[in-house]
Amino acid sequence: MATLHTRASARLMMSPAVILLLIWMIVPLVLTIYYSFLDYNLLTPGAHNFIGFTNYRFFLTDPTFLISIWNTLLLVLGVLLITIIGGIALALLIDQPMHGQGIVRILVIAPFFVMPTVSALVWKNMFMNPVNGLFAWLAHLFGLQPIDWLAQVPLLSIIIIVAWGWLPFATLIILTALQSLDEEQKEAAEMDGAGIVSQFIYITLPHLARAITVVILIETIFLLSIFAEILVTTNGGPGTATTNLTYLVYSQALLQFDVGGASAGGIVAVILANIVALFLLRVVGKNLEA
Amino acid sequence: MGSIVLKNVSKVFGGHQVIPGIDLSIDEGEFVVFVGPSGCGKSTLLRLIAGLEDVSGGEILIDGRNATELPPARRGLAMVFQSYALYPHMTVRNNIGFPLKMAGESKETIDKKVGEAARVLNLTNYLDRRPGQLSGGQRQRVAIGRAIVRQPSAFLFDEPLSNLDAALRGTMRIEISELHQQLKTTMVYVTHDQVEAMTMADKIVVLNIGRIEQVGSPLDLYRSPQNLFVAGFIGSPRMNLITGEEAAKRQAATIGVRPEHVVLSKSKGEWSGTVGVSEHLGSDTLLHVDAGKLGQITVRADGEFQVRHGERVYMTPDPQRIHRFDAEGQAIR
Amino acid sequence: MARMASRRRKLTFTVIAWIIALLIFFPILWTILTSFKTEGDAVAVPPHFLFFHWTTENYTEVWSRSSYLLHFWNSVVISIGSTIIGLIIAIPAAWAMAFSPTKRTKDVLMWMLSTKMMPAVGVLVPIYLIFKNTGLLDTRTGLVIIMTLINLPIIVWMLFTYFKEIPNDILEAARMDGATLGKEILYILTPMAVPGIASTLLLNIILAWNEAFWTLNLTASNAGPLTAFIASFSAPEGLFYAKLSAASTMAIAPILVMGWFSQKQLVRGLTFGAVK
Repeated sequence: MATLHTRASARLMMSPAVILLLIWMIVPLVLTIYYSFLDYNLLTPGAHNFIGFTNYRFFLTDPTFLISIWNTLLLVLGVLLITIIGGIALALLIDQPMHGQGIVRILVIAPFFVMPTVSALVWKNMFMNPVNGLFAWLAHLFGLQPIDWLAQVPLLSIIIIVAWGWLPFATLIILTALQSLDEEQKEAAEMDGAGIVSQFIYITLPHLARAITVVILIETIFLLSIFAEILVTTNGGPGTATTNLTYLVYSQALLQFDVGGASAGGIVAVILANIVALFLLRVVGKNLEA
Repeated sequence: MGSIVLKNVSKVFGGHQVIPGIDLSIDEGEFVVFVGPSGCGKSTLLRLIAGLEDVSGGEILIDGRNATELPPARRGLAMVFQSYALYPHMTVRNNIGFPLKMAGESKETIDKKVGEAARVLNLTNYLDRRPGQLSGGQRQRVAIGRAIVRQPSAFLFDEPLSNLDAALRGTMRIEISELHQQLKTTMVYVTHDQVEAMTMADKIVVLNIGRIEQVGSPLDLYRSPQNLFVAGFIGSPRMNLITGEEAAKRQAATIGVRPEHVVLSKSKGEWSGTVGVSEHLGSDTLLHVDAGKLGQITVRADGEFQVRHGERVYMTPDPQRIHRFDAEGQAIR
Repeated sequence: MARMASRRRKLTFTVIAWIIALLIFFPILWTILTSFKTEGDAVAVPPHFLFFHWTTENYTEVWSRSSYLLHFWNSVVISIGSTIIGLIIAIPAAWAMAFSPTKRTKDVLMWMLSTKMMPAVGVLVPIYLIFKNTGLLDTRTGLVIIMTLINLPIIVWMLFTYFKEIPNDILEAARMDGATLGKEILYILTPMAVPGIASTLLLNIILAWNEAFWTLNLTASNAGPLTAFIASFSAPEGLFYAKLSAASTMAIAPILVMGWFSQKQLVRGLTFGAVK
């Protein structure tokens, strides 16, 4: 048959990708679950006994756990807030007629392409350093006491650093959606008597709803796992002020070498991520069905 | 060369039978048009003949050979797509020459045949351009050139003129008909436009929901429609169909009379009504008359006939040109 | 009346936009400027913006005296290597899904994308242990494997969308013109798919180059790419900002350039087609 034989070869062509991803999904996760039930620490040799849910109990009742959840929440919400509001504002701005729009766009997009470790260190050393940093210099200029950002407002500092990196993403997505808005719709609204603000609220914003939804979904997925910026600036500190769930599990795994505990933590992270994803898809994903 | 026979060909798409079972024969050298409303299956039928879709049942014979299992390349047919489907990354020359390249012809042969096709279609000056640089009509011709160059048993056209503006459509219609005169190859042409069907075809196949309603020459279908569907589909403007008393008077469930077969008078006639919208075409005037119990009747009058909106007119249908249909919609002879 | 003020309006927006754009770009600009300063100038207060002694000594020092070259090479190998392997696996898969779709195709695609949403810490432990026990820890090979796996869904997805855009009737025309499957792929499909493949390549190199979880946790001095190398300077060691700036500038420059060319691909790739 002319078209039939392609069906069997199609399945063959898909198999490497599907098989690899299947293995990638299942094997490590199963192992993590397995380890989470063991008493296993790389520093203490000997047999690894099955200890049931003990690791989970320790992990979940550790006060650091709740702190890390709280920090994770603050980080995600903080960055989302800054990037979405900033993104809308920037997109609206860039969409206006101006000279050199192309260059403006390039300048605004750039931070997204800077690797997280570089951006974190640049902010840490050049801006937030209370002695040599630019913010300190600005503070002195206005006769104010310079803030030791990473010591006094560590979480806010991280939020700023991460938001700086993700703002271009939100801006680009929203700008793309903005530019797909039919000019004629706005003109029809104008003929119907809508002023600029009304046009924004009733025409532009609903059109952007889908793009904003996508930005929230995608960013949340990535923001739950903020890691490099924390590692390079505060190492989760001072104390546990900037420890999010990802960093907490990392520290248990690679700093304390507690395989069992970190595995339990990892599973908790996976479960929570799934809950967040389901929640988001339900509440916010409605916009995508349109 | 160029005969196509369909024996009980059927097609099922996802549990839905789109074509129940069609028998059709197309003779060598004929220009056959498949016509019908959207969704009637005419494009599907064409694609089954081409081999781009597999039949769910039945046989397709091309030049006497069973071609049902053959892939498109081996059926000896060429197709012109609605969107032209030109290869955007190749020049006109390479587009037209592509089938020959696939057949493994030598470079000299390819150049010669491409040159000939280009001459026939007035494309010689465009051979080194890309499709993106051509107008709609030129792209159409390149698509036709690509089909000609294979010297197929039959050409298949899938609504080739739909994307052109009205003036261009008129010109291309004539060009394609002339091409048919020149090459004398079988052509199977799909369109939803019954004007194209009437002007170009030797034989018209009227399709409706996957079934053949009638097969015949254009004049056959015009003069003797076998059922209500064909009667209402062929002929522009549409035939007037009247039910009720008038039809019963003539021993029929429905009678039909074409707008051009109704005589108009301001003084007397069998039917009467008030003039609604009049469409002045210059050569003719089409009057849409509200004839009360009979409904809306469209009448074609001479361009000089003066009438105003709301005026009362009288109409007499030519008794020789009244078509009668029974309760099942079939023509009563 | 609203239309006539447009020239003044344009100027106003130009000024506002440029100010904001430069503010956002400033950290990058500052880094580049600092890389050309002496260490003393780099920490000078008040800071020198443009008028200082310009020097390229930082670049020569970083380039020749540290292991920068090794880490740069690691970044190159890992990003390009994982991208090419990813493409080899993904092209047939995306192909099959785009040209022979079934009822399940969309589901398979969604499932593939969902694998990218799994938190990395969920599998950090077993991956680390497996790598340790198989000697893959701190090797470029190990990292290439991980990068390929985490980016495969995006590569497949992007290729799928590009392949889907090739009009089906052009392929049918090729079939009618006598092309076998092989010739159809060679003469029609591939030339039309090349721009899409190039775009996917570009975006994936960027994503792999900037990845900062696995590259930080699975490497040490041998296979660490630039992300890890830069991270190793997180503990301040006296005056070294200028050199750090030079190293950073070199680390981000290739990606900044690539990024400027791939904005559209970014939108397509990272929003999974939901925004056009």
